[in-house]
Amino acid sequence: MTKKLHISCKINGKEIDFLCEARQSLLEVLRDELKMTGAKEGCNNGNCGACNVILDGRLVNSCLVMAPEVQGHSITTIEGLASAEGLHPVQQCFLEGAALQCGICTPGFIVAAKALLDQNPQPTEHQVRHWLAGNLCRCTGYDKIVRSTLEAAACSAKK
Amino acid sequence: MKDIDYAAPKTVAEATALLNDKGDRARILAGGTDVIVQVREGRRDIDLLVDIKHIPDVNELVCDAAKGLVIGAAVPCCRIYENKEIARAYPGLLDSVTLIGGIQIQSRASLGGNLCNASPAADSIPLLIALEGVCDIAGPKGTRSVPVEQFCTAPGKTVLQRGEFLVRLRFPPPKKNAGASYLRFIPRNEMDIAVVGAGVSVQLDASKARCTSARIALAAVAPTPLLVADAGAALVDGAITDQLIDKAAKVAQAAAKPISDMRGDADYRRHLVGVLVKRAIHAAVARAKA
Repeated sequence: MTKKLHISCKINGKEIDFLCEARQSLLEVLRDELKMTGAKEGCNNGNCGACNVILDGRLVNSCLVMAPEVQGHSITTIEGLASAEGLHPVQQCFLEGAALQCGICTPGFIVAAKALLDQNPQPTEHQVRHWLAGNLCRCTGYDKIVRSTLEAAACSAKK
Repeated sequence: MKDIDYAAPKTVAEATALLNDKGDRARILAGGTDVIVQVREGRRDIDLLVDIKHIPDVNELVCDAAKGLVIGAAVPCCRIYENKEIARAYPGLLDSVTLIGGIQIQSRASLGGNLCNASPAADSIPLLIALEGVCDIAGPKGTRSVPVEQFCTAPGKTVLQRGEFLVRLRFPPPKKNAGASYLRFIPRNEMDIAVVGAGVSVQLDASKARCTSARIALAAVAPTPLLVADAGAALVDGAITDQLIDKAAKVAQAAAKPISDMRGDADYRRHLVGVLVKRAIHAAVARAKA
C-alpha cells in the first residue's frame, strides 16, 4: 500500500486534516477524500477552470496543485462562498441572470468571478472577459456569465 | 497519475542531493503548471517531485535600481506583475508574465519553470533574452551561471546536468532611455500557445533618435528560443526610421527556421516574424522615449 501523507490546512475557514497519496491533486482530494464535489474535473490540465479554488487569496486550478503542496495553506472553495446570511452576490446574480445551463462550469466561474471582484471591485467588461479567459463554458456562450459578473459588481457598489 | 513520491527540501543543498540521487527519475516542482500535466499524461516518467518552494532562494523577488532585478526560479507570474517597481522599471517583462496561460496559471507558473520547460514557443524566454537575463544554477559541484540565450538546447532540453536546478534569474539594472516589448500571435485572445513570439529591447542615445544597443529574440520559429544578434545590430546602424526597422525585421525573418505544424505553416510564421518584430520594435522604442 502506498504511503500516505498527513496534510493539515484551512478550507473555507475551518482547520482540516486529510490523508493523501503524493500523486493526488488538490482537486482529487477535495472530491474523493473530502467529498467536496463543488469543484469539477473538466480537463485535468489547467485549461477549463471548472476546478477553480482560491489558494492563499489567489485563483488557481486545483487540478494543477498537488495535495501535499497545501500543507499549512488556506483554501476557499465554492462551498465556502455562501454564508448564513445568504448567497454570495456573485451566486445570486448568476442565478438571477441565468448564467448557467448544465452548470458544470458554474462553480469554477463563480469562484473565478469572486476572485476578480475581490481584487477589482469595479471591473470593465473587457477586464471581466480577460480575467475569465481561463474558464470555459460549452452551453451559454458566456454573455450571461459576463453580464451577471458585472451585475454583481454593480450590486456591491450600491451597498 | 502514476504512483510518485513528493519531497519538499528546505535548502539548495538538500535539493541538489535529492536530484543527484534520482537523476532523471526526479523533476523539480515549482508552479507545476507544466510538470503536473506531463507526469499525469505519461509524457514524463518520474518517481519523485521535488517541491522547491520551501527554499527561500527560489522565492526571492528584488528590484533594485542599482543592483538590478533578481527573480527566484519559483516566483509566480502574479507576484511579478503585481510589483509596481518592476512594472515601472521593466515594463517589457510584464508583457510576458501577463500573457502566459491565464489568471489561474499566472497564480502558480514561474519564469524559472517556463525556462526549464524549454518549449520553443515559451512566452517569457524571448524577453528574458532581450533583457540580458542570466541563469544561476546550483548543483552537487557548486553553482554556475549561464546567459538565458544559452540555457535551452533543444525542444524540452536545457543545459542542466544531473543534480542541477535553476535557482534564480538575474537582470542588469534598467538602462537610461531603454524600452522593451514582447508580442505574440495566437488564434484566440488568450490562453493559446504562441504561433510566433518576438521580444525586443532597445536602448536609445540622449537624442532618442538612434539606438545604442538592441536585442531581438524570437519564439516558436526554431528548436529553441532564438536570439538574432544580427537583427539587433541592424537597429544600431543609424537613425531610427521605418526603413531601418523594416531592415531589422527582415534580418530576423531570415534567421527564423519555422516548421509547419497544427498551429501554423512555415511561410505564415515567417511572415508573422516580420510583422511582430516591427511592431515590437516600435513598442520598445516608444517605451524608451517615454
